[in-house]
Formats: sequence, structure tokens, C-alpha cells
Amino acid sequence: MMLIRAWAVVSLLALAGVAHADEMRLAVTTSFDNSGLAAVLLPRIKADLDLDIQMIVVGTGQALRLGEAGDVDAILVHSRAAEDAFVAAGHATHRREIMYNDFVLIGPGHDPAGIARAGSAAQAFGLLAQARAPFVSRGDDSGTHNKELALWQKAGVDPGAQGAWYRAAGASMGATLNTASGMNAYVMADRASWLNFGNKGDLRLLFSGDPVLFNQYAYLPVNPARHTHVKAALAAKLEGWLVSDMAAGLINAYKVNGEQLFTFNARP
Amino acid sequence: MPTSQGISLPAGPAGPAALGERAESGRAASILPLRLRGAMARARGKVLIGPIDLDITRRGLTIVMGPNGAGKTTLLRLMHGLQRLSAGEIIWSAPQSQVRDRQAFVFQSPVMMRRSVLDNIAYPLVLHGVARADARAQAAEMATEMGLGGLLDQPAPVLSGGEQQKLSLARALIRAPEILFLDEPCANLDGRATREIEAILQKAQGDGTRIVMSTHNMGQARRMAQDVVFMYDGKVHECAEATGFFEDRPKTPEATGFINGDIVE
Amino acid sequence: MDEILHGTYEAARLIVTLDRDLLEIIVLSLKVTLTAVAIASLIGLPMGAWLAVNRFRFRRIVIAVLNALMGLPPVVVGLFVYMMLSRSGPFGAMGLLFTPSAMIIAQVLIITPLIASISHQTIRDLWAQYHDLLISLNATRGQRIMSLLWDGRRALLTAMLAGFGRAVGEVGAIMIVGGNIEHATRVLTTAIALETGRGNFAFAMGLGMVLIAIAVLVNLAIHGLGRTERSSVW
Repeated sequence: MMLIRAWAVVSLLALAGVAHADEMRLAVTTSFDNSGLAAVLLPRIKADLDLDIQMIVVGTGQALRLGEAGDVDAILVHSRAAEDAFVAAGHATHRREIMYNDFVLIGPGHDPAGIARAGSAAQAFGLLAQARAPFVSRGDDSGTHNKELALWQKAGVDPGAQGAWYRAAGASMGATLNTASGMNAYVMADRASWLNFGNKGDLRLLFSGDPVLFNQYAYLPVNPARHTHVKAALAAKLEGWLVSDMAAGLINAYKVNGEQLFTFNARP
Repeated sequence: MPTSQGISLPAGPAGPAALGERAESGRAASILPLRLRGAMARARGKVLIGPIDLDITRRGLTIVMGPNGAGKTTLLRLMHGLQRLSAGEIIWSAPQSQVRDRQAFVFQSPVMMRRSVLDNIAYPLVLHGVARADARAQAAEMATEMGLGGLLDQPAPVLSGGEQQKLSLARALIRAPEILFLDEPCANLDGRATREIEAILQKAQGDGTRIVMSTHNMGQARRMAQDVVFMYDGKVHECAEATGFFEDRPKTPEATGFINGDIVE
Repeated sequence: MDEILHGTYEAARLIVTLDRDLLEIIVLSLKVTLTAVAIASLIGLPMGAWLAVNRFRFRRIVIAVLNALMGLPPVVVGLFVYMMLSRSGPFGAMGLLFTPSAMIIAQVLIITPLIASISHQTIRDLWAQYHDLLISLNATRGQRIMSLLWDGRRALLTAMLAGFGRAVGEVGAIMIVGGNIEHATRVLTTAIALETGRGNFAFAMGLGMVLIAIAVLVNLAIHGLGRTERSSVW
């Protein structure tokens, strides 16, 4: 009765101002979205290609599942092994490297484990284990989590066998950073999420720069042979733009707090 | 042994005008008389009332009397069809499909629908397909007749006890039922409200509605009854014309005790 | 403490400036939730009334299941709807995933048991009161249900508002099936989750206060239209 009337009013409001460009769906990881780079790239893409990118922001695991199910037209993720398996299984036609950013180690300002003076990422992780300093892990099987596990392995530490200092949050990057901030604990994050994070508290960036911490982003168009409805032509158009000089310029020039976040490394 | 065989009671003093009015409504043959033959009601294997043989004639006003738990309410509900018949027969004089819509029931505690007084009274008409505006016009007329004219737009649940029972009566009478059952309609009312209800019932009866009413109130029974059904322990103990019952003394000791005001258990 | 203060300030700023993006998010929140409430009510109210009026073999089981479904985590509903609407799922061809329609479907599934269960309780009590009268007046089954729904409308409005409250504040399911796509499926709750993840607590709190303000306004508007609080008796 009265609800229907209210609904009608709301519908009218919502209908006002609908424009129609091409649309495609791109699953991206939280870290990419948190970087804020999308806000720079999307308007340009819209202007150049008349293409609206609908971003679905999820973890790497869920992004791959969405691509596999044909629910998005392409994915932009950073988890090499999973990507290769994805292509091998025929879910994507190919994998195209676009750019990389890096992971950083965050911790309390007074740095009880002393990782700021570490010579390598592996050494830093070894110091954390030695000091048994509180560490918050994503623990959600995401690209970031997988990277972290690989680094522990490199340092010869099995975090699962450790004591209470190792906390698996089972949460997104933002939630994990919030947890670390609350506990004043160490945490590994991608640089973009860290720079844009607004609740730093006592946390500081303590270690970065080791090439093993580089984080390669790749673009994978969903295989139209598997899912006929996939907008393969639009996905190809977007890929062409992402590897263009225009994209290179915007990506390399993107800065947060004066710091460059991404390095364009697509091969034409 | 209590007598429980049916007694055909003479028709009440219905005037020719009332008869004419009935005929004018263009109905098929009357659903009355109503006959009960060996009628019984059981619940969970226990006999509530019966077996009962009883005839309700076309005209009149029958008072059902008896101590608490004698089965007065169950008998009224059984006749009206609210209580399932376990054994025996209830025989109306018209096909079963017609009888439900041509009777009405007034409960001891009035059921007030969460609507206005007017909409409560109009409700049975609306249920039976009368256009809302017509129904409300008829209901307004009925309400005014019953002295509820000033309360038409009030929510029914806020009425006083007497007003609520008058509303119940108006709602029951709005479709001019051929027979009206009332279960102790004045049990919770004061003298004035009781008098008003009784006047309405007398008028309805004059207009041709057969009335069957239970009561605890001996005075009311004496004022109203044309014939009396005395119930005791689930059975119809006595069935008699009111004058005979009250003045010539009842035939059974229980009934005698009851009308004398003794405690009959 | 500071965050709360900032949140209040942020809420005030958001409401005063009311930029286009925020308006869009608010309108979509209302559209999705009010549509879901309308559909869930069309299913849940008669269902509750039907369950109250009818006696059948599995009635107790149906009511128990209904009450249990009220406690279903929205995320589970979201996952279920996702699997149904996914291109690889049975209804994938309809292309509803990541659209407001998908969010409406998820919310309908979440709140229908709630609305049906509350209306069942309400109608059951009213039915106990009306039972003899409606039988005596020879009302048909449909007439009984309609009369009970109409006379119980004020209590049923409360059931609908409970459904609205649960739906408007829901985030888990609509995040999964809607995707929180900017300008397409972003609503207040998913925006709050997003800003919280970014550590923008003040902005998230601000959005939260806007959400509460809208919920209060909708409640007041509906109570006003229904005149619920004016008469205590009915």
C-alpha cells in the first residue's frame, strides 16, 4: 500500500540520469582497489573507449572463482601460481602481465624485533619468529597471504607451528590492518593498502625493497569458449588499453603521499 | 430418569405483520423447525452432552437453563454448527447449504473486530457480497436503532461492555437471521444494559427471528421465555412452556431446586 | 572517542553537502530494501496468516523451519543466491548476478522467514480471538485470511518494519551477490564495509549515521501513514 507508493517514488529517482556506454565486469583484488589507482584509470578508460568498467572487489581466491564461473569478463589479480593454473585449466585465454607493486612489512614504531635493520625479507621474517613478536596474518588464502607463507618458508619458519604470537585473522587487507593496528602487531601488506590506510595508529613501515617482495599484477580475460556470454571483444579492448603508453604513463605517475606505488612492466 | 424426548412446542405469538415481512425477503422455505435426534457431542472420548432429542419450532423464544457445566453452551454451539456432532442427527428443514447463512450467534464475551463500530456491524454484509457503501448505510441504520448511533466511528474494542454486546447483537441481526442463538449475552452486564438487550431481542423476535438463548439469570428467564429447556449433566432434563415450567412447578427435583435458587450441582 | 566525534561531524557534513554519489547510494539502498520488503511481505504475510488459520500434518515442522530460517546467516543466503545466479548456476542465463535484482532476491530470502514468522504469531493470537465469530459468519478461507491480515495490519506493519530493519542493515549477502560495484550496486552498508576496510573510520561512521537516520525516517513515515502510534487499542 503505502510502501508501493514510496517504492514508486524511489524508482523514479533512481531512473533519472541513466546513461548507456558499453559495460564489462572486472574482478580485481582488494589491494588494487585500495590503491586508488582505479579512480585514475577508470575515467580515462571511459573517455578513451566509451567503456564502463564495473569492478567487483574481492580476494584473489574469489576473483578466480568468479572468472571460472563466467560471472565476470576478466580478472586482474596477483598470484602467479594460481594464475598459471587458471590458464592451464582453460578458464582464461592467456595471462598478461601489466604492472607490479610491492609488499611491505609494517610494525610498531619501536620495532621490538628489529626488522628495520634486516638485510633481506627472509632475514626480517626470521627475526620476527625469533622475537615471537605479535604478527597478524591475512589467513584467508589470498594472494597476499600466499606470498606471506612463501616468505615464512624461505626464512625456515613454520608459522602454523608457532605460538600465540602468530594470529591468522582470516580477513581482508583492510580488516587485517585494523586488527594489527589494534594489537600494535607486525603485519605484511601491499604498499598501496598501507599508504591509503587511515587507521595507522602506532604502526610504521619498517622494511621494504627486497625484490622478492615485488607483487606482479596480471590481466586474465575469461575464456569465451567456456562462457559464450563473456564480452571477449570488450575484454580485449581493455587489455589493449592497459598495455598502452597512455596506461604506462598514468600508472607510473600515480603517487600516494609522494610515493610511486606501481611500476608498469607490460610488454607490448 | 430425566425426560429427554422431544417435545414439540407451540409456535410463539408471532403477528401476521412479522410473517409478511419474512415472506417479503423473498427467501426459500424456512430452515425451521430444527430437530435434534440423539444428538451427542464428544471431546477426547468424553461425552460433553447428549444424547439429546429436541425440536426448535418456527416461532418463539426459548431459554436454555441449567447449572454451570450442564452443557448449555455446548448445546447452542452444536445447533449452530460450531461444535462437531459426534452422533445422532441435527435436521434443519432446508438443505444444509442454506442453513449456515440464515442463522447467527452471539457469544458470552463479545468478539470485537479491530475496526470501527460501523465496520463491525457491516462486516457480515460485506462478507456476503453487499457493496461496501450499501453495507455501511444499512449498518448505520441498525446501529442507530440500537442506540449506538453516536459511536459509529469509534474503534469497537474501546466500547463499554454493554455497548460491545449491543454491537454484537446488531452484527448478528444485520442479515435478519431466521434463528439467533445467544450464549448468556447479559452475563457480564448491569441492569440497564440487560434491559436494553432484552428490548432489542423482544423486537427482533417480533420481527420474526427465532431466538434460543441460555441464561443464568432467573429473572431474565421469567421475563423472556416462551418455552424453557432445562439442562442438567449434559442432558435435556425438561422441556416445557414457560408458564407451565415456572408456575406449575417443574417435574424434576433438579429443576425445582434450580428455580427455587437452591444450589444444584 | 575521537573517531566517534569525527564520525558525527562527517555525518553532518555528508547530509549537508549531500553529493550526487551519496544520494545515488541512498536511493539504491532504499530501492533495493523497500522492494525486498514489499515482495517479502506479499509472500510472508499471507503465508503467516495461512499457517495460523490452517491445521495440517507438517504444520509444526514448517513453523519450526521458519523460525530456524530467521537465524540463517545472511552470508549463507548470499552464497546460495550467488550459486543460483552465477553464470554456471541454474539461473545464470538470466544475467542477474551483480545487479540490484540479485540483491533484492537475497534480501527477500533473508527477511521473508522473519516477516512470515512474526505475522504468524500476530495472526495466531488474532485468530484465537476471531475464530468462533468468523466460523459463525460462514466466512470462506480466503475471507478469513484477508480479514485477519486487515485487522492485524498494525501489528503486521511492525513485522514489515522488522524486515526492513534487517534488510537495510544487511551487508554479507548483498556484498556477495551485488559486488559493491560503484554506480551500480553500491549501497550504504557495502560502502560502510569498504570504508572500514580502508581504515576510514570517520567516513564509515558518517555513512552509518546516515543509514540510521534513513531507517528512522522510514519508520516514522510508515508509522505516520499507518497511524500506528495514535491509537493504542488497535
